[in-house]
Amino acid sequence: MSNSYVVNLRCADKSCGKEYEKKANYVCEDCFGPLEVNYDYQEIKKNLTIEKIISREKNLWRYKELLPLDSEPTVGLNSGFTPLIQADNLAKKLGVDELYIKNDGVSFPTLSFKDRVVSVALSKAKELGYETVGCASTGNLANSVGANATAANLKSFIFIPSDLEESKIIGTSIYGSEVIAVKGAYDDVNRLCTEVLGSNNWGFVNINLRTYYAEGSKTVGYEIIEQLGWKAPKNIVVCMASGSLLTKIYKSIKEFEDLGFIVPNETKIFGAQASGCSPISTAVKNNWPIFKPVKPNTIAKSLAIGNPADGINAINLLNSINSYSEDVSDEEIVEAMKLLAETEGIFTETAGGVTLACAKKMIESGKLPRNESIVLVITGNGLKTQDPLVNNITKPYIIEPNIEDFNKVLGKEK
Amino acid sequence: MALVKIPTPLRRLTNEKDEVSVSSSSVEGMIVDLESQFPGIKDRLCDENGEIRKFINIYVNEEDIRFLKGPETEIKDEDTVSIIPAIAGG
Repeated sequence: MSNSYVVNLRCADKSCGKEYEKKANYVCEDCFGPLEVNYDYQEIKKNLTIEKIISREKNLWRYKELLPLDSEPTVGLNSGFTPLIQADNLAKKLGVDELYIKNDGVSFPTLSFKDRVVSVALSKAKELGYETVGCASTGNLANSVGANATAANLKSFIFIPSDLEESKIIGTSIYGSEVIAVKGAYDDVNRLCTEVLGSNNWGFVNINLRTYYAEGSKTVGYEIIEQLGWKAPKNIVVCMASGSLLTKIYKSIKEFEDLGFIVPNETKIFGAQASGCSPISTAVKNNWPIFKPVKPNTIAKSLAIGNPADGINAINLLNSINSYSEDVSDEEIVEAMKLLAETEGIFTETAGGVTLACAKKMIESGKLPRNESIVLVITGNGLKTQDPLVNNITKPYIIEPNIEDFNKVLGKEK
Repeated sequence: MALVKIPTPLRRLTNEKDEVSVSSSSVEGMIVDLESQFPGIKDRLCDENGEIRKFINIYVNEEDIRFLKGPETEIKDEDTVSIIPAIAGG
């Protein structure tokens, strides 16, 4: 890419709109609103075609004109393009006609959708000349920054809540990153990182590089559309932590519509949260224009953000398209994890359980139509969050190594 | 005197100081105090209705004031107040 399609950064708050240079700026100095990447869509339209996309390698960079880099990507060159599965077994169980699973639980290299945003953020970090990067993470982001920063020869400082799942801590430390476990909830970690950034010139992927980072989430939407044969589904269900993924998937659909790649299909996007941390769903259900922050208490730790950065954006979007956001109990999350595994052979983490359980609830309540296409975005892998299943799963048969004992299992006891 | 931590976007107004002292007894009072020390800062912290901007989080001793008494949250000597942009994380 010799020329960039990024003009500058712009305050997303409509009443402000102040413009900024395309550096590591993330917040408007006037109103503290979030900055958005301002693309030259006219130029993109002239240069990007469906044929061009199809001719490229199957990774997230096949859509690179719509990602915020000024030069060729350098990090995460094999990430993205995860499977979209037609989930007929699950559809039958839920009583719906057309159901798909977008499975980012098998994302390369760290088995969650965070590989997408990190590929973009760290490519940008290298462009901007950072040698040290960091993040505040509920686990999946920690894994991805650890892996990708190491591969890209960047030093990394990764901040996590100290009560995180063991597998997510090991799955970060293994890469040799500096892992800082903070005694507090994610929102405490996040606040601390913002203060750390104030005195260190580092590239924090989800703070000062967040404007770029968040754009990586759009590739989930581009891929769903491409994998459906260049058609947007009628309904998409997405779990929400900060709310960024939901708003960016919706943006991806609007961009493909505006570029003329697809015919508008009045796609609706639905949010999913755990009841133990549901500031966005609670606001949507009560018609509040803003959310009230909460102290999270849920097994879905990857979604446990009580003070979501994009909460207001997500609420505005869901209200503007007359959509909805649901929440479910920890028991419903575990049941949904088992349901997805038993019907489709896909082991998702707790966050994926949240998505499916909320979808089920919204199908039953009529919010999600049974006769329209539905895509569930599964964001992470079940191998990372096994703790809640330990006492909820059928135990194996333990037998002596002889055929008689095995026959007892089959009920063929003589 | 309580200590107020100033975020990067506001440091141009505080002569690049990252920490300043205030002698006020509440968050509301702190904003008035900051304005008298650094004219123009109130407009950046508060919207046209005088309410704290929706994209700013304020913490007293690491606790979000929305879990305390909001703008009426008391501040004592030795307390630390942090002003943090809301757009971070996730």
